[in-house]
Amino acid sequence: MAHAHSVKRHKGLMDWLTTVDHKKIAILYLLAGGLFFGIGGIEAVLIRLQLIKPMNDFVSAQTFNELITMHGTTMIFLGVMPVIFALMNAVIPLQIGARDVAFPFLNSLGFWTFLFGGLLLNLSWIMGGAPDAGWTSYTPLSTTTYSTTHGVDFYTVGLQIAGLGTLIGGINFLATIITMRAPGMSFMRMPMFTWTSFITSAMILFAFPAITVGLVLLSFDRILGANFFEVSNGGNPVLWQHIFWIFGHPEVYILILPAFGVISEVIPTFARKRLFGYSSMVFATILIAFLGFMVWAHHMFTTGLGPVANALFSIATMLIAVPTGIKIFNWLFTMWGGQIRFTSPNLFAIGFIPTFVMGGVTGVMLASAPADFQFHDTYFVVAHFHYVIVGGLVSGLLSGLHYWWPKMFGRMLNESLGKLSFWFFIIGFHLTFFVQHFLGLMGMQRRVFTYLPNQGFDTLNMVSTVGAILMGIGILFFLINAIVTAFKPKGVADDPWEDGRTLEWAIPSPPPEYNFKQIPLVRGIDALWKEKMAGNKGMTPAEPLGPIHMPSPTILPFVMSVGIFIAGLGFMFSKEDFSNSFMSLIFNNWIVVIIGLLITFGSMLLRSLYDDHGWHIEVEELDEEGVKA
Amino acid sequence: MSTTHAETVDGALPHEPEKATLEGRNKVLSFWLFLGGEAVLFGTLFATFLALRNQTNEGPTANELFSFTTTALATLILLVSSLTSVFAVQAMHRHNVAKLRVWLIVTVILGLGFLGLEIYEFSEYVIAEKFGMTTSAFSSAFYTLVGFHGAHVAFGVLWISVLIGQLFKKGLTVVTAPKVYVSAMYWHFIDVVWVFIFTVVYLLGKVG
Repeated sequence: MAHAHSVKRHKGLMDWLTTVDHKKIAILYLLAGGLFFGIGGIEAVLIRLQLIKPMNDFVSAQTFNELITMHGTTMIFLGVMPVIFALMNAVIPLQIGARDVAFPFLNSLGFWTFLFGGLLLNLSWIMGGAPDAGWTSYTPLSTTTYSTTHGVDFYTVGLQIAGLGTLIGGINFLATIITMRAPGMSFMRMPMFTWTSFITSAMILFAFPAITVGLVLLSFDRILGANFFEVSNGGNPVLWQHIFWIFGHPEVYILILPAFGVISEVIPTFARKRLFGYSSMVFATILIAFLGFMVWAHHMFTTGLGPVANALFSIATMLIAVPTGIKIFNWLFTMWGGQIRFTSPNLFAIGFIPTFVMGGVTGVMLASAPADFQFHDTYFVVAHFHYVIVGGLVSGLLSGLHYWWPKMFGRMLNESLGKLSFWFFIIGFHLTFFVQHFLGLMGMQRRVFTYLPNQGFDTLNMVSTVGAILMGIGILFFLINAIVTAFKPKGVADDPWEDGRTLEWAIPSPPPEYNFKQIPLVRGIDALWKEKMAGNKGMTPAEPLGPIHMPSPTILPFVMSVGIFIAGLGFMFSKEDFSNSFMSLIFNNWIVVIIGLLITFGSMLLRSLYDDHGWHIEVEELDEEGVKA
Repeated sequence: MSTTHAETVDGALPHEPEKATLEGRNKVLSFWLFLGGEAVLFGTLFATFLALRNQTNEGPTANELFSFTTTALATLILLVSSLTSVFAVQAMHRHNVAKLRVWLIVTVILGLGFLGLEIYEFSEYVIAEKFGMTTSAFSSAFYTLVGFHGAHVAFGVLWISVLIGQLFKKGLTVVTAPKVYVSAMYWHFIDVVWVFIFTVVYLLGKVG
């Protein structure tokens, strides 16, 4: 095996810009997701401060519109999505016994396009005003008639670029899970987090192209003067609602399924029992994904689709409660009779269950079309989706981060700080959003920037704002925990929770860049636990020691994303009237767009022309501390 | 160990060189997945077109605009190019690089012919019929759907041209073969999309 291609090893910043290692890309996703989550969180606190008392003038109505739009958009697309991708990158190749993902280059490209899309969207704050038409950007509110700044253009172009990155990531994980599993790891032996990520990736593949088209249509209307949503020229605004929700509803299951996966890993580990009803978990996940594509019009009951359509979508929506209920009972039965340890990841996981059930119950209430006419566009809806997304998804992500932190960074998070952040987060969360159910039922509309006194809204809004601040403190404790932990020495054990069940706990923390010195042989569900129970010290290797092939680091994904970013900016401002003649020359003649596309397509050409043979780590170089086979 | 990066022991190519390596198999699989996403993309564009195709805003209607001679010719050209790309893949499976290159070149020429006809058609509409992107909801939907397809054809032409160059320089290897194979998959996909465009846009526009 004489494939000794020399490879340039980068150091410092260049290492991070050129890395194709899934473990480093996971950390990049986590940092970027953390940054945007912080921005979205500050926006949330500003929204709550404006609403703390009636007739408040803390921010203007226009700023409030921009805040709610950017809060929703940032949190969904740029906050939680990358944290999900961080966990998927950090964990999936390890859980399936692989050395990397199927396409390390694409993995890096997906991250950088996501990051530059997110940066473009957030540039709107300093470039003439953020988007202000709500995170759903309904037409005609989002057309040039009613939204005259470039805000919505930042929304369409920024999300388009970020969405491209997500789609690339989804295809990559599908291929990785289908083809890269270790010998013996059949589909029905895969850990639940891998299963739910697999289904989520499939949903990304079939849902994101719809929003791609929706954003194209909206940007064509706004920039090129097309008439898709322009009623006076024959367009149809309801079309946007359909396209948005055909993407948007699967998107919420794209978000929650990985959290279900995290919970299904954490609860068995800390109950010291195998997951109850593994097969039913798998089929419930698939069923949720399938039904998730069938229910988009329940967001549009009041649009006027008619009683037949409303009834069908109503029933389809209620059906989703069945597979979700199966999951809830499986988690409860997993804990039943287990030796439960209340570690910080497990606290978040156990807190998840009742919180998510409450969000699910209001979901079934909203699914009833006649009742929805009362709930629609009130704080009841706001309370519902924050229960599933914050109390559900964010709890799940925090659980997963506490759980896999030692595997990602080689250091345990501080347990006391972890528990402190859990209690502040969960109490703050319920304080913020529980009262919003009643605000909604009493008639407080969502998206209003202020309200009159003495309607019964005053106290509950005050409570809600106090809760939001407590929740923010909980997140700050987590941040402090992460920083404090970063200064501790590395060197936790391979299996720091001691009851690890899956393959990632069979290798060092953090794993070497090749993950497994020898690919392991999988002999059942919970591969590592099975070996432990058989009295073995570790996994049985499925191959002899040999040189390990690695992909080369490359800057091209970064350059390609810069090109798309430039082209996006050029497209946005192509019809702008510039006072500066040079600016109008390069923007109005599409020169900026062409330069951006040339950078991107040029990089693609380079990638195609020069074969990347990768490089090898020879047997003698393999760290002796590596996998004990 | 190094199955990821294999030449066969005697240096000869296997029968299906596109599936000889794990990278190659991953590429083919992922390209099927990608085409699934593309199907949703075009499906959404078709849905948009169907919703708006009668919203002509007192501008030209489909029946007034379309002529069967150009579109029938375009259909014929694109269908034949799909056949030639099949011949290319067959030549690849027989390891006949010269024939592979010839069939790919024919495919590219047919693709260029199709693009030429489409540009001619669009310019006729814009100049003679005053039917532009901003005319009506129907015009916006028409140009977006058919234009997206045209952009796909243009990208395919560029892509296959680059591959022809690589085949001259590197020959047929386990690295170049998967590229040729997935480009052929792509080409068939945009051909199928065109069949739907011909039916839904042109045939339905003329008679529906």
